[in-house]
Amino acid sequence: MDWTALAVSLQLGAGTVLVLLPLGLWLGRHLAARTFRGKLLVEALVTVPLVLPPTVLGFYLLLLFGARSPLGQAFQAVVGQTLPFSFTGLLVASAIANVPFMVQPIQRAFASIPGDVRDAAACCGLSPWQSFRRIEVPLAWPGILTAAILTFAHTLGEFGVVLMVGGNLPGETRTLSVAIYDRMQAFDDRGAGVMAATLLVVAVTTLVTTTWLSDRLVQRRG
Amino acid sequence: MADRDLTVTLRQDGPIPLDLTFTCGAGDTLVIFGPSGSGKTTVLRAIAGLYTPAHAAVRAGGETWTDTAAGIAVPAHQRHVGYVFQDYALFPHLTALGNVETALVARPRDAQRARAHECLAQVHLDDKAQRYPRELSGGERQRVALARALAREPAVLLLDEPFSAVDRPVRRRLQDEVAALRQSLDVPTVLVTHDLDDVVRLATHVLLLDRGRTVALGTVSALMRRPDLPGLVDVAGPGTIVDAVVRHDHPQRGVVELACAGGTLIATGSAPEGSAVRARIPARDVMLATSRPEGLSVQNVLEGVVQRVTAPGDLDAATVDVAVAGLVLSAEVTRDAVARLGLTPGRPVFALVKAVSIDVAGRADRPPRD
Repeated sequence: MDWTALAVSLQLGAGTVLVLLPLGLWLGRHLAARTFRGKLLVEALVTVPLVLPPTVLGFYLLLLFGARSPLGQAFQAVVGQTLPFSFTGLLVASAIANVPFMVQPIQRAFASIPGDVRDAAACCGLSPWQSFRRIEVPLAWPGILTAAILTFAHTLGEFGVVLMVGGNLPGETRTLSVAIYDRMQAFDDRGAGVMAATLLVVAVTTLVTTTWLSDRLVQRRG
Repeated sequence: MADRDLTVTLRQDGPIPLDLTFTCGAGDTLVIFGPSGSGKTTVLRAIAGLYTPAHAAVRAGGETWTDTAAGIAVPAHQRHVGYVFQDYALFPHLTALGNVETALVARPRDAQRARAHECLAQVHLDDKAQRYPRELSGGERQRVALARALAREPAVLLLDEPFSAVDRPVRRRLQDEVAALRQSLDVPTVLVTHDLDDVVRLATHVLLLDRGRTVALGTVSALMRRPDLPGLVDVAGPGTIVDAVVRHDHPQRGVVELACAGGTLIATGSAPEGSAVRARIPARDVMLATSRPEGLSVQNVLEGVVQRVTAPGDLDAATVDVAVAGLVLSAEVTRDAVARLGLTPGRPVFALVKAVSIDVAGRADRPPRD
C-alpha cells in the first residue's frame, strides 16, 4: 500500500475542489441567471474537458505549461519552479480537467431557482450579494455539494491527465491511480489490488455521504 | 400632484407593446384589468424595476425610480416596493417568519423579529410563524407574501393576481383583509387581475388594458357604467357600482336595507348594520317605466330622470343613465323601448330593480374619489 500516493491523491482532490469552488459558484450562477453574447461558446468550452480524451487534454496542457510557452516562462519567472511534473502543475491541470464537473451541477442548481424568487429577493430590498448569500446559495446548496463531491471523486480517479502532466514522481505527482498502474506494470497484483480497493471504498463512501447529506437538506428545506 | 402619488408612463413598440400613463394617489387602489397577455404583469415589473421598457418614467414616494430620458434606473432592491407575486414566490428554505424578516434586512436584528411578528399578526398568521411555505395552505402562503410585502413599509404596494390560486370563500376573506390592510398603509396600491370580483370589491380606480394599451382609465363607478368597454362588458356587462351603508339587517327575511346616494335599496344577503358595503347593479337587471307600476314583486322602485342615452350603432341594446337623487343608475333596454317610451334626457322615469339583482360585495373601505 502506497500511503504517500494516497496522501497525494487526497491533497489533489481537496485542492482541486478548493480552487474550483469559487469559480464554479461565480460562473455557474452567471450562466444560470444571465444571457450575454458568447454564452453558448462559454458553455461549450466548459464542456470540452468532458468529451476530450484525458491524454489529449494532458498533451495540450503540457504544451501550455512547457518552458517554451509564455505561461510556463511567466510561472517559472515568478515562482522559480516549472509547472510540468510538479504538484502545482498537477493541481492546475486537474482544476482545468474538472471544470465541467464543478460548473454544470452548480449551473443547474441555480437555474432551478424560480425567477420570481430571485425577483422577490430584490423586491425585499436584498442587494445582489445579499440575495446570493441568503437566498440563492441556500437554495442551490444540494447542487453545490454534489458538484464539490463529484469533483473530488473524479480527481481521485483521474489518470490520463495526471500521467501526461505530472508524470510519476513519488510524493509529488504519483497519485493512487498512477501507483496502481505502476504496481501492475511491476506484476505486483496484490499491491495494486489493495490500492484499488482503497480507492473504491473512498469513492463509495463519499458518494453515499453526499447522497445522504443532500437528501437531508432537501427534506429539511422542502 | 401629491408627493406620495405613483405616476407611471410606459411606452415601447416591442417585444411587449406598451402605451400607458396613469397616476395613483396614496390610499387609492388602481386595478389593472384585462385579458391575459395584455401586459398587466409587465406594468408591475416596470414599477418594481425588474423590467425597463424602452421609454419609461416611474415616480413614487417623492423619488424618481425610472426615467429613461434622463438615464435614471434605480435598481429594484433600492426601490421601496411591496410586491406580492402571482405564485407568491416565497423563499422555500425559510419559515414564514424568516420570509418576512428577509424583507427587513436593513433593520437591526431585534427590530426585525419584532416587526416580522407584528406583520404576521396583522394577517392573522402569527401562530404559524415557524412553518415552512410547503406546510402552509394556499391562502396562508398568500398571507405570508402579503406580510412580507408590507413589512418594509413600502412606498407602493403591487399585487399580481393575488387571489387567483385560492378558491372563492378564501378569496373573499383575503379580499377583505387586503382592503383592511390597505387602509392602515395609505400608499398607492396597484392590483393586476382578470377577475371582475377583485375590481368590484377593491378598486377605487380602474385601468383597462388591452395589448399594453390603455382602453379606459377612471374611477370604478365611472367605468362600470360605460357600455362600450371591451373586457369589463364581456365579463359582466355594464352596471352601476353603489357604495352604501347597511341601515337594517333582516336575517329572517334574507334581505338588507341599504342607504345610498340614490335613497334606500333592498338587497338580498346579510351584513352587519352600520357597515359599509359596495353593491353592483347590472344594467341589464334594471327595468324602466314611465309611470309608477303597482302589484309587482320588485322591491326597489326608484324615481329619477333620464340623464343620458347611449346606443352604440352595432348593438340592439341601449344604455340609459337615470339620475336617482345623488346616484346615476345605468339601465340596459332595447333600442325599441327607447323609442316607444320616448326616453330622452330630462324624461322622468321609474327604475325597477329586483332585490336579488343587487350583488352586495362586502366592505368597500373607502368610497372612490372622483
